[in-house]
Amino acid sequence: MKARVTVTLKSGILDPQGKAIEGALKSLGVDGVASVRQGKVFDIELAATDKAKAEAALKAAADKLLANTVIENYRVEVLS
Amino acid sequence: MKSAVLVFPGINRERDMARALKLASGNETAMVWHAETALPKGTDLVVVPGGFSYGDYLRCGAIAARAPVMDAVRDFAAKGGLVLGVCNGFQILCESGLLPGVLMRNAGLKFVCRDVHMRIERSDTPFTRGYNAGQVIRVPVAHGEGNYEADEETLKRLEGDGRVLYRYCSAEGEVDEASNFNGAAHSIAGIVNERGNVLGMMPHPENHVEEIMGCTDGRGLFAGLVQHHEKAA
Repeated sequence: MKARVTVTLKSGILDPQGKAIEGALKSLGVDGVASVRQGKVFDIELAATDKAKAEAALKAAADKLLANTVIENYRVEVLS
Repeated sequence: MKSAVLVFPGINRERDMARALKLASGNETAMVWHAETALPKGTDLVVVPGGFSYGDYLRCGAIAARAPVMDAVRDFAAKGGLVLGVCNGFQILCESGLLPGVLMRNAGLKFVCRDVHMRIERSDTPFTRGYNAGQVIRVPVAHGEGNYEADEETLKRLEGDGRVLYRYCSAEGEVDEASNFNGAAHSIAGIVNERGNVLGMMPHPENHVEEIMGCTDGRGLFAGLVQHHEKAA
């Protein structure tokens, strides 16, 4: 089973890397960029075949390690 | 005073730390591998040193904070044992939940490696009794993620309880924007937990303890810990 965990900074948390990327996009002349926030994507293969169990495992992975919930939010998706 | 320095893959200041501890205490320091599940018997102080544990993968300190030895450190701290985390060690203590908040990318996005000044906010703690309150010392920093942040309520509690022990300042002791080189909230360089037995700090006092290093301002921290131990013993 393929799954994806997406980790993003909570709103209101300063994101200097996102700001730097935003500046670079603007200087490249990419039109209409209002703001950029960067984050992380984890593509995970799971042995589970049960969707609910897979989601529970991904949530545990995100809570225990993948995200620092002081500053980050996460989203889990089972892809197939 | 018996000290134990934790060793994670990618750490690089553990021997500097062991040397500074030996200089202050006269005792050899135990080096404790991250896969250990117990600390050496009779340990008085656990130090989480600086470096780049696990190559700073995922988030600085995130993987080291989940190492087996950290459960032993949590037990040790819960019993009132003294824990000192420097630089990557501070990041590891925050990631492990032993200290509140988080160390974010420096506001200027650059890795900063130079001497800075910090002010000792109070002298009545095991980590600061070797100094006077208000004293300014010169210490090296070397980090890319030292910008301390926490939510408003946590910051209010840290300040209200006097848990900010070290603050970045000018050579004259002025806490201003210009000397807050990494953008840390309230210019925080070091904090303690609620009980006051776990300290995390970004600067490296262990690198300013001998004449040959050009400065000995870091000695007070280690001398104070030894004094505290001798008084308690």
